[in-house]
Amino acid sequence: MSTTAMPTNTKWWNGGRSPFNASYGKVMMWYFLMSDAFTFGAFLISYGTIRFSVNSWADPNQVFNAFPGFGHQNLPLAFVSLMTFILIFSSVTMVLAVHEGHKMNRKGVEKYMILTILGGLAFLGCQAWEWTHLLTGEHIAMLGDGSLSVVPTTVKMNPWGTHVAADAVAAALQSTPHDKLVEIASTLQHGGAAHDLTAKSAGELITAIQASPELHVTHTGPIAFGGYFFGITGFHGFHVFSGVVINVVMWAKTRLGHFDERGHYEMIEKAGLYWHFVDLVWVFVFLCFYLI
Amino acid sequence: MSEHAASSSEITFAHAPAEGTGRIWKVFWLLSAVTVIELVLGFGLAKHWYGDPATSHAMILFVKGVICILSLAKAFYIVSVFMHLGDEIRNMIMTIVVPLCLFLWFIGAFLWDGDSWKNLRNTNAGSRPAQTEQHHQPAVDKDAKK
Repeated sequence: MSTTAMPTNTKWWNGGRSPFNASYGKVMMWYFLMSDAFTFGAFLISYGTIRFSVNSWADPNQVFNAFPGFGHQNLPLAFVSLMTFILIFSSVTMVLAVHEGHKMNRKGVEKYMILTILGGLAFLGCQAWEWTHLLTGEHIAMLGDGSLSVVPTTVKMNPWGTHVAADAVAAALQSTPHDKLVEIASTLQHGGAAHDLTAKSAGELITAIQASPELHVTHTGPIAFGGYFFGITGFHGFHVFSGVVINVVMWAKTRLGHFDERGHYEMIEKAGLYWHFVDLVWVFVFLCFYLI
Repeated sequence: MSEHAASSSEITFAHAPAEGTGRIWKVFWLLSAVTVIELVLGFGLAKHWYGDPATSHAMILFVKGVICILSLAKAFYIVSVFMHLGDEIRNMIMTIVVPLCLFLWFIGAFLWDGDSWKNLRNTNAGSRPAQTEQHHQPAVDKDAKK
């Protein structure tokens, strides 16, 4: 290479010609996204490895079966479908913003950037609801010591193990302390009249609990479930959040006419690359956590 | 419209901007349709196949494999059309796609490893026959009766 005749004044990206005939910023955005893909990929592969290494894993159709406003109805996949379509649609409005940018149509870019930002905020709102629902959920699970307890889904607790048979539940109730029996009975009544339950004896509570048609007890599942779920969806949610911030900045710069002054809307394209990447990652998060 | 302004003098080539938005909407409908198919398959796994002993393990794996392939198709369309990578010059595409081939080894090796851990644990490192604890969780509606 050293012998190759090359004009001494050729400075790639700085006076000569771009190696890929694309701007420095755009190429570097692609390389950043490639490295980010490896980060997400490593997280998801680590999750897959742990999932492959245990005999049972939480069934996503049981974990993610709630929809805001529909109470305790069993609606598997419904809410996450809504989130997926929100993200696909905001990807479309982003690519339309880029399209308007090519045409130097400032008003069009502004309109589609606003729609993209709204889509991003809607997605974040959905994710906040879903996290809250899991973190405040009330599931009756058999703990390691053989007693029963009401637990949520957190990074330290996974109530989505295998089903506990009725005779094992009966035995476990005998070794469950009184305050936990009150909690369990209260959960089965959806929180109603907890103060009346405290006055009841353990025997009365156990009878009431076993009579409930909604009694469904599970073993605790692999503890890694919550850490992976909240870690990976949280990392993705952080990308969505930063994408929304970038899009707001791009919208403001469009509105102030900065890109018209420059003569091109390439910054919108670069922000768009990041935003589409967020949608791309969601395709795989959706696949790994919700579908399979 | 016809003159796509280059962002700097270093760039002599700009892929012509699309005339209309037809291609964008076409990909949108395609992504939506694939997502709906994935959801139907995922819902089938939930309602009819999990906990049904008549469903073979191979069948569930096959359906999950189909869902994975559909997701890869979605990824291809997002990258190629929405992110316009398909419109860049070939060498640039290669500098991005070739390193990502590392994933072929990455996924295969680690999932294999996870499966190996499971077998070692279930057989106490090969000293006893495998305990078949491979039970799927029963569906919610079946449990409610108990």
